[in-house]
Amino acid sequence: MTTKNIMIVGVGGQGSVLASKLLGHLLTAQGYDVKVSEVHGMSQRGGSVVTYVRYGEKVYSPVIDKGQADFIVSFELLEAARNLEYLKQSGQIVTSTQQIDPMPVITGAMSYPENLLAKMQTLGVKVDALDCVKLAEEAGSVKAVNLVLLGRLSHYFDDITPGAWHEAITSCVPGKFIELNMKAFALGREA
Amino acid sequence: MKQLMQGNTAAARGLYEAGCCVASSYPGTPSTEITEEAAKYDAIYCEWAPNEKVAMETAFGASLAGKRSFCGMKHVGLNVAADPLFTVSYTGINAGMVICVADDPAMHSSQNEQDSRHYARAAKLPMLEPSDSQEALTFFKRAYDISEEYDTPVIVKMCTRIAHSQSLVETGERHEAPAHPYEKNIAKYVMMPGNAMKRHPIVEERTRKLQEFAEHTDINRTDTGQDNAIGIITSSTCYQYVKEACGDKFPVLKLGMIWPLPDEKLKTFAGSVKRLVVVEELDGFIEEHCRALGLMCEGKSLFGYLGELSQNIVAGKLNITTTPGVKLDEKIPPRPPVMCAGCPHRGLFYTLNRAKCTVLGDIGCYTLGAVAPLSAMEMTLCMGASVSALHGFNKAGGENAVAVIGDSTFMHSGMTGLANIAYNQSKSVVIILDNSITGMTGHQQNPTTGKNIKGDPAGKIDLESLCRAMGFRRVRVVDPYNLKECADAVSEELEAEESSVIISRRPCALLKYVKHNKPLHVDPAKCRACSSCMRIGCPALAMKNGKAHVDDTLCVGCGVCEQLCKFDAFEEGRK
Repeated sequence: MTTKNIMIVGVGGQGSVLASKLLGHLLTAQGYDVKVSEVHGMSQRGGSVVTYVRYGEKVYSPVIDKGQADFIVSFELLEAARNLEYLKQSGQIVTSTQQIDPMPVITGAMSYPENLLAKMQTLGVKVDALDCVKLAEEAGSVKAVNLVLLGRLSHYFDDITPGAWHEAITSCVPGKFIELNMKAFALGREA
Repeated sequence: MKQLMQGNTAAARGLYEAGCCVASSYPGTPSTEITEEAAKYDAIYCEWAPNEKVAMETAFGASLAGKRSFCGMKHVGLNVAADPLFTVSYTGINAGMVICVADDPAMHSSQNEQDSRHYARAAKLPMLEPSDSQEALTFFKRAYDISEEYDTPVIVKMCTRIAHSQSLVETGERHEAPAHPYEKNIAKYVMMPGNAMKRHPIVEERTRKLQEFAEHTDINRTDTGQDNAIGIITSSTCYQYVKEACGDKFPVLKLGMIWPLPDEKLKTFAGSVKRLVVVEELDGFIEEHCRALGLMCEGKSLFGYLGELSQNIVAGKLNITTTPGVKLDEKIPPRPPVMCAGCPHRGLFYTLNRAKCTVLGDIGCYTLGAVAPLSAMEMTLCMGASVSALHGFNKAGGENAVAVIGDSTFMHSGMTGLANIAYNQSKSVVIILDNSITGMTGHQQNPTTGKNIKGDPAGKIDLESLCRAMGFRRVRVVDPYNLKECADAVSEELEAEESSVIISRRPCALLKYVKHNKPLHVDPAKCRACSSCMRIGCPALAMKNGKAHVDDTLCVGCGVCEQLCKFDAFEEGRK
């Protein structure tokens, strides 16, 4: 098989580390060659963050380049739009509808673009958008947005069973949070 | 079974399996996790040293005493440790000694993108360069064997994409290293001219032998290709980009040992292909070597000297087609990193902004004090430079200037600058931003925190006593959440007739033990939309529907915004 590419994008501190850890675990357990790449340090302080997850028979590059992502999983709308160029023409976006103002918007120097979802759809991009914050709160914690997103993403993987996803959650999440995260995953999957 | 492992974690595993016993490092992105992960193995004594020079000398001492040792640092850290580096090359080692340097092309979290490969050639030391996590593990182990066989420290060079990428790794068992009891050897270890003169020829001979090793080792290998129209020489993460872009189309000489380079191997490879292309990030280190050997090649003319490469960049330059993505025709506001909500640095930088101080800054989270709307930092150079440069600034007649430096950076190399102020007497105001942790690199302990790398109790240096012992009579502590206290301290110390140290003390808001207040809330009836509170650049604050609004998922109730409101619009929230 050719290498598949999943990009996880968001704002520093939103929980993309657990999302990539879980995907890495899941895909390794499926027997794939896997590479996961992220950047630590200054950019994590409330800035844009990007994580690359790649899997297949043999994966070389740790990064995803423009026009290569099969999926963009986004915690924040502006970040999905920012990284749109990385999506394949046939790719799929799974995004939370949450909007977080970046500093140039907070200071009034720039404005948050309007109708981003519609604008992306006009370009023919497949966008699956859902209110992940609401679903995460329903599951028990706003911090479970990452599992809501993964639940939604899992919907697009016919070849990976729910059991395999559940095993990955059990392995990557601390014991007392498993139930909460399972619930968030299910809410995302069924949304 | 293979495990998915970050390059730095795999490097730490390599240290463990190689029988490393002592590791001393200073944190620096992207190298930090090597030592953090190594500290999880009880068999390795690990510590955070105050700076990279101390770390390298500690590792050397451990090698001298007979234990395999390690020190790790980011690229600019190797500048700090360059002094011992160049001479430990002359003394050689007793037990194996490995030095890791992690470069940061594209400057994800750095002040420059220097190419550390030059150090290997300049200090005449072997350098290995892994291209994924498995190689990180293997190369760290092999580095110890090379170190002991050739009596030399060995540098392993990482970069952000190797250090912070995860790939599959097969682990092995730990093997205790052969014993190397300490033996007195003045001629080898006391580098005064008479002895060093005798060591230099040994260094040159060692390089010659290592070059022979480089010719035959499987660390350097050739991947065959179907078409010899182009032959590619590459290493590190660039190897992965080349394979991603070209597959098995062209032959590739993959160098795992970047110094000394295998001259004959390079010549043979060049002779087997029609067009020779060197793919490397930053400087043309391999390319220049090839040219010096008289080999016609291309490299920097195609790829340039800046930032990171990628599979698309490599493909583009080799005329391999790629499919572009979809682009949105929209002005997307950038999302630069910001000080966190509740960051103790914010109040202090707001004070300095209002006081119109010229702020000479330093390296850490607080470098973000330079960013709008605070815009309260006008110089950042390297670790410790705020303090020393302030002294020079004031000696040259500078006015209304202060230095700001974090607690960990102060321990790293601010103390010597402060000694210069105490000794040569400039009238200077130094502000130590004591957030009780090394923040930017992800919360590492330091000599002022009272805890060691494992979080256990350790020695604790008292900043006030230290400054007083240097001769500063004016040492005062302020709470950066208290704007009036900060403003008074800054104006009084700037007016004083002698030098002073202000310690702005409050732990980082992200530390687990820090208890947060309830988030604040804006009463829309009281808010007059004057935007005074927006001048502190807090990510938890925004203007919504014409009124200030607090995001209660981010707010930690620090109360700095509240002190700026003339209309008492802020109140304690419900949560």
